Amino acid sequence: MNAATPALVTVRIDGAAITVPEGTSIAAALARTESGRARLSVSGKPRAPFCGMGVCHECRVQVDGVQQLACLLACRPGQEIRTDGARLGSVVSAPSSEPERSCDILIAGAGPAGLQAALAAAGSGARITLLDENPAAGGQVWRSGPHHRVPDAAQALLDALERHANVTLICGARVVARAGERALLVETATSAWVQRFDQLIVCTGARERLLPFPGWTLPGVTGAGGLQALIKQGFKVRGERIVIAGSGPLLLATAATARLAGARVLHVAEQAEWGEVVRFAASLWRWPAKALQALTLIEPTYRAGSLALAAHGGDRLQAVTLRIGGRTREVECGRLACGFGLAPRTRLAELMGCALQTDGAIAVDAAQQTSVAGIFAAGECTGIGGNERAQAQGRIAGLQASGQAAKVAALNRETATWERFAAGVQRHFALRPAVTERGDLDTLICRCEDVALGALDGCDGWVDAKLQTRCGMGSCQGRVCGTAVQALKGWTPTAPRQLTEPVRLATLASVAHEQALASPHDFLDASAHTPLK
Amino acid sequence: MSDDVVIVGAGIVGAACADALAACGLSVRLIDARWPSATNAGMGHLLILDDNPAELALSSHSLHLWRQWQPQMDAACGWTGCGTLWIAANEAEAQIAMHKQAKLAEAGVVSEWLDAAALARAEPLLRAGLAGALRVPGDAAVYAPRVAAWLLARHPGRITLTHGEVRRIADDGAVVSSVGTFHAGQVLLAGGVASPRLCPDLPIFAKKGYLVITDRYPAQVRHQLVELAYMASSHQAEGDSVAVNVQPRPTGQLLIGSTRQCGREDTQVDPAIVAWLLRDAIALMPALASARAIRTWAGLRPATADGLPVIGAHPDRARLWIAAGHEGHGVTTAPATAALIAAMMTGEEPPLDAAPYRFERWAARP
Repeated sequence: MNAATPALVTVRIDGAAITVPEGTSIAAALARTESGRARLSVSGKPRAPFCGMGVCHECRVQVDGVQQLACLLACRPGQEIRTDGARLGSVVSAPSSEPERSCDILIAGAGPAGLQAALAAAGSGARITLLDENPAAGGQVWRSGPHHRVPDAAQALLDALERHANVTLICGARVVARAGERALLVETATSAWVQRFDQLIVCTGARERLLPFPGWTLPGVTGAGGLQALIKQGFKVRGERIVIAGSGPLLLATAATARLAGARVLHVAEQAEWGEVVRFAASLWRWPAKALQALTLIEPTYRAGSLALAAHGGDRLQAVTLRIGGRTREVECGRLACGFGLAPRTRLAELMGCALQTDGAIAVDAAQQTSVAGIFAAGECTGIGGNERAQAQGRIAGLQASGQAAKVAALNRETATWERFAAGVQRHFALRPAVTERGDLDTLICRCEDVALGALDGCDGWVDAKLQTRCGMGSCQGRVCGTAVQALKGWTPTAPRQLTEPVRLATLASVAHEQALASPHDFLDASAHTPLK
Repeated sequence: MSDDVVIVGAGIVGAACADALAACGLSVRLIDARWPSATNAGMGHLLILDDNPAELALSSHSLHLWRQWQPQMDAACGWTGCGTLWIAANEAEAQIAMHKQAKLAEAGVVSEWLDAAALARAEPLLRAGLAGALRVPGDAAVYAPRVAAWLLARHPGRITLTHGEVRRIADDGAVVSSVGTFHAGQVLLAGGVASPRLCPDLPIFAKKGYLVITDRYPAQVRHQLVELAYMASSHQAEGDSVAVNVQPRPTGQLLIGSTRQCGREDTQVDPAIVAWLLRDAIALMPALASARAIRTWAGLRPATADGLPVIGAHPDRARLWIAAGHEGHGVTTAPATAALIAAMMTGEEPPLDAAPYRFERWAARP
């Protein structure tokens, strides 16, 4: 709430004009329509933006005829946005394929880790390309928007990077697929290219752990970090009654953001028991910056040992059943933000063949080197440990990737401190069984394909579930339900084969082929119609 | 433990054979290693192929049997009666289509020539300037992994599915596996591309294929669209080839193939091959350019040099039967394969001439 009043932008959503402050995401604009929906589900139910950070694909809409994720795209004057399903051949201006680009060091993700990696590497003179799928750099923790300017620490980093001509920052650009040995496909809303590199630093951050419960697909229900992200994108919550539930320190940060934006935060329900929360809080003296941050987030409605059991409503959320301490009660509210901590985003690393640890984070050594030579990883994708750890790891990765290993030693002690903090978060906010037992047989597990939890009975693993029930076979490719079945059933989702994200066919088609290609019509002529024997 | 028949491999061919044998009253055990299979990786098309009389006989009899199964299958089996459009890019290919129509007619298969204008009406998203297409309305598509599961559930009590890796098939009917040894009167090897591991003289090799599936675009492509060049491509025995095949799934997704890489036994996805396939697909249907792919993958087809499967008794090994080498058409031809196996194993008259598919055809060659 601290930026100057932004200019206004008018877009059309399903034909109706909607005017929003400049910098508002399309996801946030959708919330201002009558239905608030982004799409209709496979079984015809309205769905609205959910994760707020490009993971769940609930907010996929048609923008000028091309399918886009509404939470990753800012409103631009004159955009025609449709929520009534994808059509082929209705493209206003076809996205283009650009010539190949190359760099020495490619950094995927411009959050705290990626920005620090770029700055650390910049001094070497290497040609550095820094990509981020969001409209602006900063990642989730330093997200800016129409009413949220970039925090000072992040702005200082961005200003420093600006002074290095060898660093190129490209926002609104997603790594969507592997294009070859040291090459990735990158896509923006309107173009695509093959990006070649010598070294890769994966700074893909984290996604929220989103777990199923009855009613979790209703518009009005979002992730917890998801709601924070959406508010920063321009989601209007002034005067709304909001319940925040789930687990981890992020609940408090979301409550603070929502309250600043004028929402009425009714309850913050933490699933961990008081004892664990108190032990976690008591341990914060070891990390004074975190302790100070915790003080600013003091939340009068915070209750431990509490859960959102179910969300109720017709076409959108009207009420939530909460268990607070031992008592169950129904609370009327317009919004429920529900997240159970964070999980590393590892698809890109997996695609490149990097090994994961047993906890699902990318395995790295003290030099932030992954199991694949020339590929480094830093930040939340190597384990959930917060902003400071991400920055320290980013600096190490940047130095290592640019041949400045001698400067690394001092940084290793810093990361060790934050590793201990990370371990504390994992330990104290471990999920209680009650969390994973909320769903009934009819509760959807796969939001893309509308597969109910009960359908998974009789399946004995992720691949079996995919083949027999279509769980994880939809647009998001198991990004949400894969994480959920891991928590619920202990199944491990399989690694992607080529794609990290849904990608336009034209983008995939732009990869060059080294050999001369035979047209199928050539050998048809050659063989005429006599059987080839 | 002893069964009448042990089947190695529970893909669509193994499952169809189990179903047919159980229908004859036999007890059947399937042992499946859960390796990646052509059944799970393939397109699930039910396509009448007429490259030679044996292929036409097997596929047209199979389509007849598929239509008997269809009313009994559950929705998850994904039956789509979409028919096929064999697309002719130019006059020369239109002539090939006419020839194909005559061959199909001889076998009693209905087809219809659509000229350029009729084709544009049938599939408005195809590029302009095509010569026309041969429509085969009886062709269809299914979701093969579910059909296999459905087949295995049709004769409860007579079919047992065991997950394990078969290591050896002995001539006394003992099947040695990672989960124990099973005994059977007869053993049927239906292991797809892995079959030669257990029967090294089987001349089956891998033809790698790539597929791309899109997000949902309901009701915008109505037929399975296949370039006429597919026929030639599918019988290439070396090198790489692409012939576009776009199949509308009941979900509204589009499944896009097909490529053939001979002699490749890995399932890595090579981005250059995917790009080649999609360039050709977009050339055929420009509106695909902005459609979103949500997954790409590769699988291996169990191929033989003459493009026909091996169906029947092994000439030298007692009790061993083979149903393998169906290349990219195992889903189409599983029902007739099963009917042949069941008839031959029980001493009944086969529903079609079994000779073209016999293992011995290899021995007869120089």
